[in-house]
Amino acid sequence: MLHTFVALVEDKPGVLTRVASLFRRLNINIISLTVGRSERPGVSRMSIVAEAPAGAGHRIKASLFKLESVFDVDDVGQLQCVTRELALIKVAATPQSRAQIFQLSEIFRARIVDLAPESMMLEITGAASKIEGLIQVLNEGDNQILEIARTGRMVMRRGQHTSHVLEAFQLSQPEDEPVVPLTAEKGSENLDVISGDPNHPM
Amino acid sequence: MPSQPASSAEHQTLSLTGAEIVWATLTGEGVRTVFGYPGGAILPIYDALRKYPIHHVLVRHEQGAAHMADGYARASGEVGVAVATSGPGATNLVTGIATAMLDSVPMVCITGQISSKLLGTDAFQEVDITGITLPITKHNFIVTKSEDIGPVLRRAFSIARTGRPGPVLVDITKDAQQGLADFNFEACAPQPHRPHPMLSAENEAVSQAIDLILNAQRPILLVGHGALESGATDQLITLAERLHIPVASTLLGLGAIPASHDLSLGMMGMHGEAWVNQAIQQSDLLIACGMRFDDRVTGALTSYAPNAKKIHIEIDPSEISKNVKADVALIGDLKEILETMLPRIAPRKDQTWVKAVNALKGVASVRDIKNLPDSGHLFAAHVIHDLWRATGGKAIVVTDVGQHQMWEAQYYKHDVPRSLITSGGLGTMGFALPAAIGAKMARPDQEVWVIAGDGGFQMTASELSTLVQEKLKINIAVINNGFLGMVRQWQEFMYESNYACSPILSPDFVKLADAHGVPGATVRTRGEVAAAVKAAREAKGPYLINFLVEKEDAVYPMVGPGAALDEMIRRPANGHNPLLETSEEP
Repeated sequence: MLHTFVALVEDKPGVLTRVASLFRRLNINIISLTVGRSERPGVSRMSIVAEAPAGAGHRIKASLFKLESVFDVDDVGQLQCVTRELALIKVAATPQSRAQIFQLSEIFRARIVDLAPESMMLEITGAASKIEGLIQVLNEGDNQILEIARTGRMVMRRGQHTSHVLEAFQLSQPEDEPVVPLTAEKGSENLDVISGDPNHPM
Repeated sequence: MPSQPASSAEHQTLSLTGAEIVWATLTGEGVRTVFGYPGGAILPIYDALRKYPIHHVLVRHEQGAAHMADGYARASGEVGVAVATSGPGATNLVTGIATAMLDSVPMVCITGQISSKLLGTDAFQEVDITGITLPITKHNFIVTKSEDIGPVLRRAFSIARTGRPGPVLVDITKDAQQGLADFNFEACAPQPHRPHPMLSAENEAVSQAIDLILNAQRPILLVGHGALESGATDQLITLAERLHIPVASTLLGLGAIPASHDLSLGMMGMHGEAWVNQAIQQSDLLIACGMRFDDRVTGALTSYAPNAKKIHIEIDPSEISKNVKADVALIGDLKEILETMLPRIAPRKDQTWVKAVNALKGVASVRDIKNLPDSGHLFAAHVIHDLWRATGGKAIVVTDVGQHQMWEAQYYKHDVPRSLITSGGLGTMGFALPAAIGAKMARPDQEVWVIAGDGGFQMTASELSTLVQEKLKINIAVINNGFLGMVRQWQEFMYESNYACSPILSPDFVKLADAHGVPGATVRTRGEVAAAVKAAREAKGPYLINFLVEKEDAVYPMVGPGAALDEMIRRPANGHNPLLETSEEP
């Protein structure tokens, strides 16, 4: 079954590797993983969707907690949540076929964000099923899909719940560290930040 | 870990090099001994060593440094420290780090790294050691700035010793070692460890556990390494005595309860005594204390203790219901949890169950092989038994991995916590000699014995030289059967006695010792054992005894891999081995 976790983690190089490596170690496939900033400086928020046996939720959650870089984990699979995913879909479109795609995108509440002589780009937000629905009708309508980019699912619990655990941890405000450009030149002193995790600079 | 009283220097802010900060931080953390091997990328740290009151043990291979730090930690309960250079120095630590990880041993490994400007360029002796050790450390760090060294090292010590202990690696670039930074030990103190949100022994769960315990007819305490780490010996004994609950130990739990205690059953699992495993299978309540239901302990999970409820008291929530489903889980420090439970548990008089378990033991309960007839063969069990007698069960015994390790667990009765040091989870051959050096450094007042097989001893025998250089009094018993004994045993039982690559040629270990200036003796018969052990104990320095034992003896009983816990392979009744195993044998 699909398990969904929200993890609040240190915003530092290498943290994504640690989280991803844990799933690798447990031999669990990650369906989607999104990372971005949270409401707290220095804390990133991950939404992780993974395919695992029904009883595996506790162990995954507890194992995530064991990582020093993880502040909090919520297993939200069984809870009331808003789940959203964003997709960009580029479709081959001639002036003749545009009208139909316009129509479809209106039904799906997708937006046209780019229009070129031979293609259009659609932006759609929603549950995964909605995005898959749009892709399906585009395919069925003989529209050639050129590219799809999907963010993976983002999750937030409904109601008044907040990730207040952060306050309980008495996290001191992280020091203002200079933003390190990922394109730091070789030989610059910023290189160490990149090398902490060359594959996943966060 | 008892930190030394903060000297005035610890309150001052000093301008130090990163290398000096390393030693200043270690000194502040109470470290007096480190184990390591110098090299290019860590030379600044070695250069600064002379200014600090820390003794450095020069090993012969970095694996030895990691095992020594591990042995130091297991013998003392403090954090062991290993130091190595970049590249091969760091990778040589890996086996030792994994050993500590699997057995939850607090350890900090410090590795040098090439300058931060060169990171990622495949510079000479560069290796991504934080990447390599990611899955085998509790946490690891790469430090590229001098001012980060103090706070990171202090956090590393905190992580290593907090909660379920484990190894932490700190990789420090050469430029960070060389740069100057302000240092103040107090100011480097890590933030209080984040409380584990899943860490709770809720009142309701405690009450459920107490209900189960009070209503159980056939309870058993299963004691693991966590009991030692938590220091819960007294509480466990109180609980056991109050309700007459027999106590079975895991390999790493041996010593947590005195083996000579009436309620102590000994080791459970694959090579546990038959009656221990039978008692577990018959019990109606398992009270698991600081153990993780390893596959070597449970046998086949589907048939494990089928009629028993399980209470799991454990500090690591990810262990709960990992292998065996817990009916009640109490997550937290074992000693604290037992202390909250004990006032609510009244003594009980009924001893029916204890008597039933003792009946399972039968005549084996008084097993004493001292007076058995000497068939002319020397058996490893004899050697270990006699060693136990000679040392009064008070020595720290450091074993390697294999048959001798299991015989040690069966025949050496450990009455004192932290007196058995052995690689349980990873099963690392070559562990014994270096770990014993670490243990002796930690507990110089204690008698320390290495018990190793002829195979494992050769893996790290180069540390004999370290032993001599450090002038340590350690006695070494090589249980020499000319085979990789446990491999041979499995080949005998499961591979039709096809002894593929398990016979092993060894040097004359006494001559090898002699080459290091270490005296020794070879023992071939039972009659010679006591005199050799006496000579070793009386020798001023280290002493090696090469015990030439029965070549094709096997460890019994044995639960085959995947078999139920009470489906044990027993010693053949007509075997030539004079050892008494259990009541069921003639």
